[in-house]
Amino acid sequence: MLRRLLPLIIFVALGGLLFAGIQLSRHEDPGALPSPLIGKPAPAFALPELLAPDKIVRNSDLAGAPYVLNVWGSWCVNCQEEHPVITALAARGIVKVVGYNYHEVEPGDAPRWLAQFGNPYALILSDVDGRTALDWGIYGAPESFLVDARGIVRWKHVGPLTDEIIAHELMPLLPAKKVSP
Amino acid sequence: MKRIVFALLMCCVVSLAFAMQPQPVAPNVYRNPAEETRFHALASSLRCVMCQNESLADSQAPIAHDLRREILELMRQGKSDAQIREFLVARYGEFVLYKPRIEPATWLLWFGPLALFVAGGVTVAFIVHRRAMRLDAQAQAPESPIESSEDW
Repeated sequence: MLRRLLPLIIFVALGGLLFAGIQLSRHEDPGALPSPLIGKPAPAFALPELLAPDKIVRNSDLAGAPYVLNVWGSWCVNCQEEHPVITALAARGIVKVVGYNYHEVEPGDAPRWLAQFGNPYALILSDVDGRTALDWGIYGAPESFLVDARGIVRWKHVGPLTDEIIAHELMPLLPAKKVSP
Repeated sequence: MKRIVFALLMCCVVSLAFAMQPQPVAPNVYRNPAEETRFHALASSLRCVMCQNESLADSQAPIAHDLRREILELMRQGKSDAQIREFLVARYGEFVLYKPRIEPATWLLWFGPLALFVAGGVTVAFIVHRRAMRLDAQAQAPESPIESSEDW
């Protein structure tokens, strides 16, 4: 009996394994790395504010309220595509949106980009040489993090944000708060 | 032949690199050959996080350049290879290691082939043993020699 069923059992087991493989690779971006920072305190940083370079922004300046850190660069095509989504998110006023200007080549490029497309950010950190980005595990743009009020990294997304991702992944993580009309 | 293929490949890589990189990436400058050897060994054992089928040593992505610079700095601060790997794993995850660490989650990966080999060996030994027993039994009672040929 077992002898007869054995090929069938092997077939089903193999099929199950391959199906699991397909399911696992369903993710829209299989190359996106999971961040080891989730659940850990956000890395310490001290970076100049992009539009006021004399001002240095630190973790402590952002403590007390959750914020979304959105990595972008004027060189990044996907960031341009993502920009309306970020603008809409910031306009909803549910969470503070902080920009992280990454690997900018010319000092004037980022302000010009913001002047052209609009500046949705509450403030923008400027990381020209990408050193602080290594502490965050940033490896490209766009990338987005959610840091909670206690300064713990709660979520990361690699690639452009969409309304669906914000609704399904980001919003459930935010503390329930009355949205002012 | 191998050399020609390699040279052609390098040409492709170099031309591609120029196509993608608008400004030249400043190369790392080494203090001595020992440092260079150690750096290359370390960078080759790490995966580029951006272009994931390249090692950190080969990649032209800007992030790979940043990471190479950081690794060289950490080396000069006197950090060991293990400490530098730990630095990268803490930021980018286990994925950066081409050689995964031995821990419960990777036991199947590391020892699975060995377990499969042992299981195969045991199965073969079992079959051989059973067949030998059967032949033994037939040798002792050779009444039906015709049937035994059907086994093959």
